[in-house]
Amino acid sequence: MSARTTGLRRSNALVALLIAAIIVGTASVLAGAGFDIGRAFVALVSGSLGSWYAIGSGTLVRATPLILAGLAVAIAFRAGVLNIGAEGQFLIGAAAGTAIAIGIHAPSIVLILLVLAGAAIAGAAWAGIAAILRSRFHVLEVISTILLNFLAANLLSYLVRGPMQEPTKVYPQSLTIPAAAQLPRFGASTRLHLGFLIAIAACVTAWWIIRFTAGGFRVRAVGANPHAARSAGLIDVERVTMRAFLASGALAGLAGAIEVCGVTYALYENISPGYGYTAIAVALLARLNAAAVIVTGIVFGALEAGGASMQRDAGVPSVVVSVVEAGIILALVVFQRIRLTGAGAATR
Amino acid sequence: MSTTATAFVDATIRTATPLVLAALGETLVERAGVINIGLEGIILSGAFGALVGATQLGLVGGFAAGVASGVFMALLFALFVVQLKCDQIITGTAITLLAVGLTGTLYRALYGTSGAALSIATLSPIPVPLLSTIPVLGTGFFEQPPVTYTLYVLVPGVWWWMYRTHAGLALRAVGESAVAAEAAGVPANRVRVGAIACGGALGGLAGATLVLAQAGTFAENMSAGRGFIAIAIVVLGRWHPLGVAFAALLFGASSALQFLLQAMGLALPYQLFLALPYALTLAALAGVAGRVRAPAALARVDDE
Repeated sequence: MSARTTGLRRSNALVALLIAAIIVGTASVLAGAGFDIGRAFVALVSGSLGSWYAIGSGTLVRATPLILAGLAVAIAFRAGVLNIGAEGQFLIGAAAGTAIAIGIHAPSIVLILLVLAGAAIAGAAWAGIAAILRSRFHVLEVISTILLNFLAANLLSYLVRGPMQEPTKVYPQSLTIPAAAQLPRFGASTRLHLGFLIAIAACVTAWWIIRFTAGGFRVRAVGANPHAARSAGLIDVERVTMRAFLASGALAGLAGAIEVCGVTYALYENISPGYGYTAIAVALLARLNAAAVIVTGIVFGALEAGGASMQRDAGVPSVVVSVVEAGIILALVVFQRIRLTGAGAATR
Repeated sequence: MSTTATAFVDATIRTATPLVLAALGETLVERAGVINIGLEGIILSGAFGALVGATQLGLVGGFAAGVASGVFMALLFALFVVQLKCDQIITGTAITLLAVGLTGTLYRALYGTSGAALSIATLSPIPVPLLSTIPVLGTGFFEQPPVTYTLYVLVPGVWWWMYRTHAGLALRAVGESAVAAEAAGVPANRVRVGAIACGGALGGLAGATLVLAQAGTFAENMSAGRGFIAIAIVVLGRWHPLGVAFAALLFGASSALQFLLQAMGLALPYQLFLALPYALTLAALAGVAGRVRAPAALARVDDE
């Protein structure tokens, strides 16, 4: 027992060293190539936390899709559903939301509600493909959701060059959505929009449902041990996982529409810089707790906003943020012992 | 028509080559009871390593560096998954993210931020005498870069090794039940690390092939989902080397369909062709997945 503990402790230290070495190594290669690391670090901090504008219009704006997509991943993982497809569900939600915003004429509040509902349904339907493949055909959702991400990206590429392209047919993007469909901002001097509050409300509601309702209990039970949940009776495991899968897709789809209605105002190909993948880190850092996703979403929002300003001000490629994110995930997976597969976690 | 058919076969083989390499490696890994979602990152690392190696040391150095980069990332994965018994899906996702970040950053650091396409000499196709003159199939199968020919040895070789040798039996035993394998004297963890390293070598070689035998250059994210496709191909091929090679050919053929359809004069949006292989893979998985059995201990290193 004690020998094993010391062994684990030693390897934990090794892991911490290794991750630090990767990050420091990357920084020194950048320094060696002539980048100003000090200036990059200053830009990273000032671009995310340096001013009220940076916090509101940088960090929190980027945190909004990460919180919603992170919540989507957290709910799926909680129920033992390995939904790696938040990215694709986000894109489909964005496309459906844009189509509704452009195609329907209605008063602002009605239109926004229609857009958000339509995007959630579209995201759920896209996730539903993987959910049905899992329940009927025993296809691992890890594989199917990733394949669906590529399908969604190709579909989006087709839409913005085909049926949804702006009328002049010059740019691969949709029309700008009407003002009635744009989410209101918190004042003229900020880019922060109503979507941020929607994201927080979604997290608090999900937290309450998972923590205090019978349905939430069933999700936790199935995620903790589907066999035990099944043999204890009264829990329809298939139904619980299916619902969690659809809810996850709906939230990711919602995130996509909110990004369109709050930030970009149009649909184009690279509308998501990998939000659906970063969302996995957001959910894990929150230990799959719906309320904690708010905090971790903001942390990663700050990292993304800082990374962008780093590229702008110091020329350091913002993709370096991915190295830091990977380091965080690797550290978490060792130190928090989060499990999705194997003993005590949901597998078929 | 015959030139179209020739182009179709040729495109099929070219698409399939890196996929067979990567999927063959993943087959070894999964047969040892480990699923490595980080394969995508391993291919990308192999591609970048090949670029650096080739600009410094030439073609052979490029391939060696690609393989070495793949092995390095795979051993990192093995440290977390086998030694520390961490969750395989999360670790694999992090490995891919790490590879995207590292290759993207280093590429811009070493070769400038302009992103100007670097051009490297590629391995030229070497026609096999006589065989390459077979009508329709000859060019596709026998006028390829030598990497493709190694597969004609590697695929049956891995099959023979897996089903006809003691070591292959040990590998499959670990994937079914590590506890039982240990009881029979098989060092389960060493087998797993070995399998993961081989998977890394083949994944790295797949990446090197993309750069040094096909594209002649590196681009950020140039693995473009091939690692994930390879993992699906392993399931389609029922965890069997010959089945995997066949499934990869099928995928290659569905990608190459655009040549045939364009020749027929069908004006369909090109995204449809790009999406077709993914859709077909999904459909094929639905047809196959329920009726095949994965290695019993897949993704369960921690169960001991």
